[in-house]
Amino acid sequence: MEYAIELRHITKTFGRVVANHNVSLAVRQGEILSLLGENGSGKTTLMNMISGIYYPDSGEIFVKGKPAEIRSPKDAYALGIGMVHQHFKLIDVFTAVENIALVLDKHEKYDLKAIKARARAICDKYAFDIDLDQKVYEMSVSQKQTLEIVKMLYRGAEILILDEPTAVLTPQETDKLFAVLRNMRADGKSIIIITHKLHEVLSISDRVSILRKGEYAGTVDTDMATEASLTELMVGKKVELNIERPEPVNRHLRLSVHNLSVTNAEGVRVLNNISFEAFSGEILGIAGISGNGQKELLEAIAGLQNVDPDSSVVYFPDDDRDSTAEQLIGKTPKSIRDMGVHLSFVPEDRLGMGLVGSMSMVDNMMLKSYGNGHSIFADRKAPRHLAEEIKESLGVVTPSINTPVSRLSGGNVQKVLVGREIADAPSVLMTAYAVRGLDINTSYTIYHLLNEQKQKGVAIIYVGEDLDVLVDLCDRILVLCDGHNNGIVDGRTTTKEELGLLMTALQENKGGAAR
Amino acid sequence: MSEQNKAIHEPLLRVVKRSESSMKQKIVVRAAAILLALIVDALFIFFITGLNPLAVYTTMFQGTFSTAMRFSWALRDLASLLLIGIALAPAFKMRFWNTGAEGQVLVGALATAAVMVYYGGKLPNWLLYTVMCAASVLAGALWGFIPAWFKAHFNTNETLFTLMMNYVAIQIVACCVNIWRGQASGLGKLNMKSKAGWFPQVFGQRYNINLIVVVLLVVLMYCYLRYSKQGYEIAVVGESENTARYAGINVGRVIIRTMIISGALCGLTGFLIVGGRDQTISTSTAGGNGFTAIIVAWLAKFNTFTMALISFLLIFLQKGAMEIASAYALNDFASDIIAGIILFFILGSEFFINYRLIIRGSHKEVC
Repeated sequence: MEYAIELRHITKTFGRVVANHNVSLAVRQGEILSLLGENGSGKTTLMNMISGIYYPDSGEIFVKGKPAEIRSPKDAYALGIGMVHQHFKLIDVFTAVENIALVLDKHEKYDLKAIKARARAICDKYAFDIDLDQKVYEMSVSQKQTLEIVKMLYRGAEILILDEPTAVLTPQETDKLFAVLRNMRADGKSIIIITHKLHEVLSISDRVSILRKGEYAGTVDTDMATEASLTELMVGKKVELNIERPEPVNRHLRLSVHNLSVTNAEGVRVLNNISFEAFSGEILGIAGISGNGQKELLEAIAGLQNVDPDSSVVYFPDDDRDSTAEQLIGKTPKSIRDMGVHLSFVPEDRLGMGLVGSMSMVDNMMLKSYGNGHSIFADRKAPRHLAEEIKESLGVVTPSINTPVSRLSGGNVQKVLVGREIADAPSVLMTAYAVRGLDINTSYTIYHLLNEQKQKGVAIIYVGEDLDVLVDLCDRILVLCDGHNNGIVDGRTTTKEELGLLMTALQENKGGAAR
Repeated sequence: MSEQNKAIHEPLLRVVKRSESSMKQKIVVRAAAILLALIVDALFIFFITGLNPLAVYTTMFQGTFSTAMRFSWALRDLASLLLIGIALAPAFKMRFWNTGAEGQVLVGALATAAVMVYYGGKLPNWLLYTVMCAASVLAGALWGFIPAWFKAHFNTNETLFTLMMNYVAIQIVACCVNIWRGQASGLGKLNMKSKAGWFPQVFGQRYNINLIVVVLLVVLMYCYLRYSKQGYEIAVVGESENTARYAGINVGRVIIRTMIISGALCGLTGFLIVGGRDQTISTSTAGGNGFTAIIVAWLAKFNTFTMALISFLLIFLQKGAMEIASAYALNDFASDIIAGIILFFILGSEFFINYRLIIRGSHKEVC
């Protein structure tokens, strides 16, 4: 049988780091192949070699049975290979058609009308839902992704590579994407999809190829696979795939948020009279389509966000309700810390806010504590110990604790960040998309760490996007919709469907704190 | 195998990032760069100017090393350049593009000169020095503070702001020089008779005090950036303001504080130049060093010890080019090209320290 694309014994190294070692892989005509592997197992590197961004150190690539040298994305296009990257390569101020026109060959005529007609035909054929005259900056993430795929098909892609396409999509958008992918498969296209979500792997793909630590670990037919068997292949050992949910212990009020409103620089009210309470020893989930006020909510509590008048966030150190309660609104992160409130925050933007990419683990450990003590010099002994400890206990894969953290893989970056925030012995721990982009093994490590903190009596606020996880992990779930508190549900009794409805349809008595 | 696929070959040259270079690799790459520079330069000298390359190199070397006096002058010029580089380091590490060192040095020099003009002979020497120093530091700090304040409060573009402050400083200096020279054609040395405010001679030269200060500052600034809490804040703010806010750092305060330090050190340089080197002031007191120092600071990645080496290289090439020009009656452009080729190769070698090339077919690396 002839393969659409076949890799034989591909090896790629970066300095001393071996990203891919002797990887062989094949994709059939008209099939969807999932590429599975932990963070840093070399999936993206491998795909970048097919799409001409990297060139392999050794090994061969065959396209439709013929040996191919892919030296640049242009060569890849010529061979009918198109890749949709995690970060879209679109020009914001151009319309969809204009962006499509960018992939034209030099000798093709720049005729927007003809291009639009051809693009329209492609969209109709596969049922893409897109407005070709819309400017990119007006598009949602899902629309941008659709445009990227249309762009590749316009260029004549027969083999399409999608790098974590669902990481940024809502469940509904994911379903739509998958429907389109199935249409393309029926048309004889070959699709390689990288994803960490096992249930998606099982629902969309025909076969699954697995990479482990840069090496090829095998290919299985999806029909024969289960989540457990795939995880075992990926990690190399059995992994327990149940999220625990211990009963809250010693539950008492820790944080009382009342009438919290935020108006952004453009004058848009992104948070509207949010009120809720967070308790110690409990995980409060925050669900919602991303961009519905999650970021502002956490940053407002952390003292990083200007809030509207009358907003209130009161912190209670222990059972004693009134005597030592502290108002956190109007305070800076530093003054909150100086009050003795250990408020830990794992922000969404790990390297742009939580960590300094160019600094080592050691220097990142002291980000919040460097000011301790009266010396004008910063103490690096304690941070060095802490870095060693976190590297040890969380299994951070890094050449050394002095390596800049931006060189680590996504999962390891998150371990460093979460490790530091937990080491501070927090009383409130807020996490935003704590497992975004992380592989299943690291994700479970994070869930486990959160549960550990919960049992220590920490009040945890967990902003998440995976509804399955929210339902399994959280004690209560607050649903944000368009900046409103659209209801708080019990994690033990709620369903994904209920959450999905609350996420998309604003209730009548918005802001009313349903328990 | 089809013909179509055969037509595409593996690329002739590929650039691959090195993970890390050993000390030995770095030395080999740099030595090769210098050797190559000398060879290319020799071709230029031989074929374009018709001179003997070896003789030209000897002359170039003599620009700095022929006599003790010349070496001493080279160090004097190095001190001015390096001082400004040190002053710029904290600002640039904070990613605050301070292009206003020229002006900050000038206002410092102006403040020093003003104290010499108005208080020379009226104050005891120790007090005069103190007032000169304090005035220059304050003036430089003010010149650094103004753009920083606007940056912190209105997010103005500091590159343009500091650049324009240079021209303000130059005009003020020009104006003061005109007032002070009176009927004379030029300002000349200040306090020529009383020598009030002139630095005392140390080891035979007044400017040796500048050298002592610069050595001290190399060490101090290194420690400040590397080990102090403020140095850490500067690094975080430079990397990401969001992270800095997250860490509880008051970004505006750090920007203003750092620019006051940067400006104050530039002002101090003005004081040292007027008191220790020139004993006078003109619009070219800073002599373009305010801009050259930006190159020094960036190339050294803000390591003050590396800065000292780079300053020395720049001064050596500058002196060498001047020496060639006068010894062989070449025009300045030819001698600048000769010096420029050497600089080009040395800077270019940094690329090969971070990357390596792979030639088609071979899987062995070449430098």
